[in-house]
Amino acid sequence: MNIAVALRLMPNPGDELELDGADIDRGYVEMVMNEFDEQALEEAVLIKEATGATVTAVGLRSEGIEQALRVAYARGADRVVIVDAGELDPYDSRTASLAFAQALGELKPDLVLTGVQTPTDLFGQGAPYLAAALDWPQANVVAGVEVIDGTAHVTQEYAGGRRAVLGLELPAVVGVQSASSPPRYVSMARLRQAMTEASTETLVVDVAASPRALKIESLARPEQTAGAKMLEGDPEQLATQLAALLREQGALVS
Amino acid sequence: MGDVLAYIDPSGDTERLLAFARLLANGLGGDVVAFVAGGDLGADTLAGADVILEMSHPALSPYLPEAHQAALVAAIEARKPDIVLLENTTAGYDLGAAVAAQADLPFVGYCVDLSVQGGEAEATSTIYGGQVLATARAPLPAVFAVNSTAMHEISGPTGRGERVELAAPAKLSSLRTTFVEALVPSDEGVDLTTAERIVCVGRGIGGAENIEIAQELADALDAELAGSRPVIDSGWLPKARQVGKSGARVKPKLYLALGVSGAPEHVEGMQGAELIVAVNKDPSAAIFNVADYGVVADLFDVADELTSVLS
Repeated sequence: MNIAVALRLMPNPGDELELDGADIDRGYVEMVMNEFDEQALEEAVLIKEATGATVTAVGLRSEGIEQALRVAYARGADRVVIVDAGELDPYDSRTASLAFAQALGELKPDLVLTGVQTPTDLFGQGAPYLAAALDWPQANVVAGVEVIDGTAHVTQEYAGGRRAVLGLELPAVVGVQSASSPPRYVSMARLRQAMTEASTETLVVDVAASPRALKIESLARPEQTAGAKMLEGDPEQLATQLAALLREQGALVS
Repeated sequence: MGDVLAYIDPSGDTERLLAFARLLANGLGGDVVAFVAGGDLGADTLAGADVILEMSHPALSPYLPEAHQAALVAAIEARKPDIVLLENTTAGYDLGAAVAAQADLPFVGYCVDLSVQGGEAEATSTIYGGQVLATARAPLPAVFAVNSTAMHEISGPTGRGERVELAAPAKLSSLRTTFVEALVPSDEGVDLTTAERIVCVGRGIGGAENIEIAQELADALDAELAGSRPVIDSGWLPKARQVGKSGARVKPKLYLALGVSGAPEHVEGMQGAELIVAVNKDPSAAIFNVADYGVVADLFDVADELTSVLS
């Protein structure tokens, strides 16, 4: 069985974002693998370990993607593919899905895993778009995938912690919220080894930007609306103030 | 023309959704159409609708993404609404984009504000995990998934309540998705929804090795320890201790957030807490918007000091 993982990038979650009109200032952010795609990749590798499937990590040509794909290789992908769609970077999620769909049409995987969303645009749910473009069944917000007799059994999560297992006929697309077990630590030595070992293939596709993808007109920081009352001081003073505050507000055990 | 078609998620907040749909329909001069696919909802819940568009078919309950996509696309084709509205629940994540792609319409997710003017919608959404608000203009018709925070009105005026049955599309009889089983939530001995005090750690806790520091503070406060999604997904705390959209919705007396950024999915699960105190080293963290008291500092320093003050 062949599993493809569609990988996208996001600003390193630790980085503070600077706004620059209708976009973030991309000069100062490090682009890393989208955190949900990391979960999707881990799930693919878990299926590989259980069934002997092969895992192909697929990314769109953009600044930082080679590094992310090598990380994917170090984490257990067997093959890494860069999809070259020309000058579309930074991709919106709809256009990205069109590029992925064309590449996956050629790679012909049995199962495609990708993250539940990317936080980088207004409509970041890649799995449903991808499934629509490929006309495959899909489920989004999934925590755990198992392949049983040619069917993907996926655990879909709902509000309040409710969950249900659905069966998807293959080929299918699954949007992963979290892997069955957390992504494992990859040593620096393994990463360095992957840097030299991984040979990246390139697949050229011909897609235009999706006419249905909306453009962001402006970005703003959330207003500090009602706003918290901010406490000041060194850690010791802060702790004393907090303890007094909790006592006053009746929040401590009496 | 000018209708707002609201997809009803039986586990969602239908009255609020219809009240919100009413505000939009007033702006467009159209009806509020509640689309109920295979659900069984009381008349009171749907009182805000002018038209209750019902579809029944064995494949529509329990929920299957493929079935509800086909159903909602059929409803859009039949009613040609200007706005298709979903709550940003799993249905929003699962159906919103799929239906927009299949019906070839624009889609905006995570809306915290949505208004119509001159045949266009202006939507504001939270992106980058709540760090940034993005505004876009959408030509109508379009599909929107709205966060619960956008739906200010608890209830709206009563609508006409006209019931219309819509035939199920043929596709529902040849699905490639099946329902296997419902899973009972595992309790793992903790019920955050009844906890009086919660100490919640976010990504800022940095690793499993630091959980102990937060646990000591939780013990000193006689609080339950909880985590935001990145903490649970990383395996630093068990799933039963997750607060937020895909975890528990909590209403404790005290909610102490340590290194939690305040992503909208998290805020949804804890905004009902009586007293919210947030510690984060990033002064622009979104958690400070919902907190009553905030501290910009290293969470480890504050947690250690607070533990010793309380003990």
